[in-house]
Order: sequence, then C-alpha cells, then structure tokens
Amino acid sequence: MSVSAPEVPAKPARGMRIDFKTVGPLLALVLLVLLGISLNENFLSYNNITNVLARSSFIGIIAIGATFVITAGGLDLSVGSMAAVVAGVMIIVMNALIPSMGVSVGVVLIGMLAGLAVGGAAGIGNGLMVTRGRIEAFIVTLGTMGIFRSLVTFLADGGTLSLNFNVADLYRPVYYNGILGVPWPIIVFALVAIGGEIVMRRTAFGRYCAAIGSSEQVSRYSSINVDNVRLITYIVQGILVGVAVLLYVPRLGSASSTTGVLWELEAIAAVIIGGTTLKGGYGRIWGTVVGVIILGLIGNILNLQSFISPYLNGAFQGVIIILAVLLQRGRRAA
Amino acid sequence: MKLIKTLLAATVLAGALGGAAIAQDKVTIGVSVPAADHGWTGGVNYFAQQTIDRLSKVYPDATFVFASAADAPKQIADIEDMVSTRNIDALVILPGDPDAMTSAIKQVKDAGKFVTVVDRQLSIDGVEDLYVAGDNPGLGTNTANYFKEAMPDGGNIVVLRGLPIPIDQQRVDAFMAGIEGTNIKVLDDEFANWNRDDGFKVMQDFLTRFPDIKGVWAQDDDTAVGAIEAIKQAGREDEMFIVGGAGMQQMIQRVADGDKLMPVDVSYNPAMISTAIELTTAHAVGGVPVSGRYILESTLITQENASEFLDEESPF
Repeated sequence: MSVSAPEVPAKPARGMRIDFKTVGPLLALVLLVLLGISLNENFLSYNNITNVLARSSFIGIIAIGATFVITAGGLDLSVGSMAAVVAGVMIIVMNALIPSMGVSVGVVLIGMLAGLAVGGAAGIGNGLMVTRGRIEAFIVTLGTMGIFRSLVTFLADGGTLSLNFNVADLYRPVYYNGILGVPWPIIVFALVAIGGEIVMRRTAFGRYCAAIGSSEQVSRYSSINVDNVRLITYIVQGILVGVAVLLYVPRLGSASSTTGVLWELEAIAAVIIGGTTLKGGYGRIWGTVVGVIILGLIGNILNLQSFISPYLNGAFQGVIIILAVLLQRGRRAA
Repeated sequence: MKLIKTLLAATVLAGALGGAAIAQDKVTIGVSVPAADHGWTGGVNYFAQQTIDRLSKVYPDATFVFASAADAPKQIADIEDMVSTRNIDALVILPGDPDAMTSAIKQVKDAGKFVTVVDRQLSIDGVEDLYVAGDNPGLGTNTANYFKEAMPDGGNIVVLRGLPIPIDQQRVDAFMAGIEGTNIKVLDDEFANWNRDDGFKVMQDFLTRFPDIKGVWAQDDDTAVGAIEAIKQAGREDEMFIVGGAGMQQMIQRVADGDKLMPVDVSYNPAMISTAIELTTAHAVGGVPVSGRYILESTLITQENASEFLDEESPF
C-alpha cells in the first residue's frame, strides 16, 4: 500500500516494476496451460478454449467491477447473491411480459434492461450505505449478501425460476453464438476488460480510485470527492453484475437459490491473483483477467484428469491460488 | 355497577379457563428442514409448507412450527428452540447433516417427544420413532438396471455425482455394484453438486475429454438440465442418453414426450416430507399407531408410467 502511494501523483511507473509484478500471474497461467497440454490433447482445442473462456466470463465481468471497488479500498461480498436476484428478476419480468408482448425480441430487451437496472440499483444501495451511512463495506455487503440470497429463494418459492421455453430459445444465442466463432460472452468480457483497463489507467477516475485506496485522508485533502468516487465504484460493480447476468440467463434459462453461490469469493480471488492489493491503492484490470482465466483453467484441468481424487479438488485449487500470488510476491520482493 | 363488573370479570375468567381447557388438547408439531439450497430441498420446503397449510385446516387442534436452516448448527438451534420455547409434542426433521445432528435429535427424544426422521439416517439406531425415507441404494440399483438394459453390449459412460455426503456414496456404490460384470465402463466421475451450473461445466469438460460417450448418469435432474445444455452445445445429443434422478416435473415431461436424450428418470420424491408430516400429525392428534420405517420406492419412470408422476401444482 505504502509502496504504491507515490505512484499516484507521479503519473505511473509503467516501467520495470510493473513488469515484474506482471510476471507472477502470467507465469502461473503459463504453467497451468503446460499442465493442461500434458494432461489432454484436447486441452488447446477450439472447443475447450471457448468453453472455458465463455463460462469464466461471468466471474470475469464481475471481477473487473470488483477490481475498481477493491482498488478504492472497498469490498463487495454481495455480488454472487446479487447476480442471483438479477437473474431471478429478469426471468420474472420476461415471463410476465409474454402475455402482452408475445415472444419477441422486445421482451428480451426489456428483460435485459431490467437486469441492468436491478444491478445498478443494488450497487447504489450498497454504495450509499458505505459512503453516506458510514458502515464498513464488509458489514454492508455481508448484510446485502444475505438479503439478496433470501430474496431469490423467496422469489423462486424455494425452487427454480425458469424462463419461458420459447423466449429462452430466442435468447439462447446470446450465450451460445457469436461473431467469427467467438462466443458473445467472450466478446463482452474482452470489451469490458479493455474498457476497464482504459478507465483504470487513463482517466482521472481510475487514479482517484487508487489514491483513495492508498490514503483516504490525503485524497480528501487533495480535494477528491472520496464519497462520490467510492459510490461510483459500487454502482459500476452493480451494473457489471447486471451485464454478467445478461449472459448467464440464456445459458440455462433458470435461476435458483444456488445461482452465483461463492461467485464473490471467486471474483475477489481473481482480483488478488491478478496483482491488485486487497487493501486497495493499486489495481490492475488485465491482471484480473489473467486471474479469472487461471481460476477457470483450474476447474477445467481438474475435470480433464483422473489422477487427483475429486475429493481433493478444493485443495488443488487452493494450492494454485496461493502459488500464483506467491510467485508474484517473490518477484516483487526481489 | 359493581355487580356488573363482577359478572363481567367472572365471564372473562370462565372464558379464559375454558380456553385453557381446550388448549390442553391442542398439539404442537415442529417441522425442521434444510434450506432450499438445490432443487430437491426446494421441493422439500414447498411440500412441507403446503402440507402444513392443508393439515392446519383438517386438524384445527394442531399447531405447526416450521423452520428451514442453512446449516447443522442453525438446525440444531431451531429444534432446541422448538422444544424450549414452543413446547412441541412431536418433531418431524429432515437433518441436513445427520451425523452432526444425531445427539441433538436424541435430546429431543429423551425429552419425551415423538420424533420422525426423514430421508437421512442418524448415526445411531433407535433414536427416532418413525423413519420415512426414499430408497438411496435402490436409486442406484434401478438406474444400473436401466443402463444394463439400454446398453446390452456395454459401452462408455460418465458419472456426474452429487455432493460428497453419504447419500451420494450409497447411490454410487449401489450403481457400481449393479453394473459390475458388464461391459459398461465408467470413464470417470466428478462431483457436480446436484446443481445445474456445475452439471453444465463438468459435462462440457467430459465431452472435451472423451470422444466416445454412450451414456451419462447425472443422478439428479438439476444436474441433468445443465448436462443436457452442454451436450446440445457440442451437438452430440444423438450419441448418448442421460439419466437423472429425483423426478423433476420438467424431466418427467421429457420422458413422457419420448425424448431420446432423456429416456427415463428415477423418482426420489421430495414429497416424502408430506408423508412424514401426515403420519406424525395423525399420531399426535388421533393417537394412530405409526411407529416404524417407511421406505418410499425409487421407481423407474418410463414413457409408459410417466403420467402417474406428473403434477402440475408441483414447483419441483
């Protein structure tokens, strides 16, 4: 934290030091890919790569929002439950519109808008409680995590909300199709990542986030509107949860109380693996992207082999995560 | 004036006494189930509440206390509260984690309450008065029998397991015993946690890994929903069939429609909680003898008998 503080005013050292930090997660990624290739010849096949990237894209898009929140010294534990509520509301809205609008693209578009609106509103709620209510982000979002989770259970009446079959058919291509063989989720993930990288590196907002995470006090004296910047990070997070769910719903066309369970931890893990500091002050979007891909590949590799007992999947995951962060810390200290 | 007051007071007192006399005949029944963390437990919660609503009308003297708990400590706290503050006469419990909860349930029994355990066997025998459950080994065996029938010459299959808890183990053991000695080869098994998203992921990777799969045992209908999407995405729906389990309406409908990808299903009905509540209430209110073990069969649902299992009201 204290290390990164001077970077802020001194318009970033995009030189040597950042290169060193970069090596850690990339190295872990390369090692995983090599492991994958050695385990299964289909590992690098087009189908496997698009499968892994497409299903990682939900966590990826959410993790990019989380990078902003964490960089600005905040935390959002509610994203997984929020995703479930957004999915639930989208399905309910679309099903409710069918009698009046029929099975049309309009229904899907309104459903998507509703998803973004619910995500944004949830983000505003979290953000206001943190900034105006002056409650610890951990507590606020722990609370909303529980609220959202029960809300989706309530909406689904304890069961599963399913999208009307015909609308689901219409909506399905949003997950399964794409341009030039690249599925939409991967395209959207890439666009969000590029946008996030630009905002984080090239805009005043990105620098404010890092400054606030580094030292809230100094940021205040530098006349940064700390509360507003923080509020915006939570809103961005909420909207990005909405975007992720837009791509999630067409996959299975359903939402239940198991939707998005532990997504918050995966998102936070991806952010930290990518080199963002958990305490804030330094954030790297594309590191997060690498982190997300690492997590996605771990799950994939575990399914592609039969040496490791499925009982030990969690342990393997844990080792890789710690290793990825360790590689990077080692390099930085050197 | 004073006389009227006295009379009024007497009437009120009499009323209260009368009320108390009636209350003594009333029974309170506690119902404790795990939270709806997947489709099947969602069904359990739904059927429990629906049965309670219905029985409350049938038996005006019966009061029900319902609690749904996310984990074992919360469920233990729930039943302790039921005994100490609601003074229940009988307890119907589907223990989320039976091993962790055995001693807590035994305490309820030792306090002289009638105890009904549903679905999951406690770690010591003789605690419960009534045991109502589905047939877990039977689910594995019936599924294995279908695989043998559908694949007389054998072939490669993959297994998507549930959560790493004893129920899953019982089913898998019975299944493996069932296909032993045949040419059916299990390429690999992975936990898909009785969950759609995990079913999708695990199946995608199995499809990447194995070019030749003839059958898929998903064990659960939620898992099967995810796995089917993965199979469709890979365009391999003509190469294999998939068998789920539990009897989700959507899946039974597929079976009834003669879907080649989903030719059969195996029932494991969450409505077993209704059976348990009904029997317990009949005992608590009417003294009907019900003690013992009730095992509800895990039946093979085929296109011929699917209509018996369809229920429009069911959310599961």
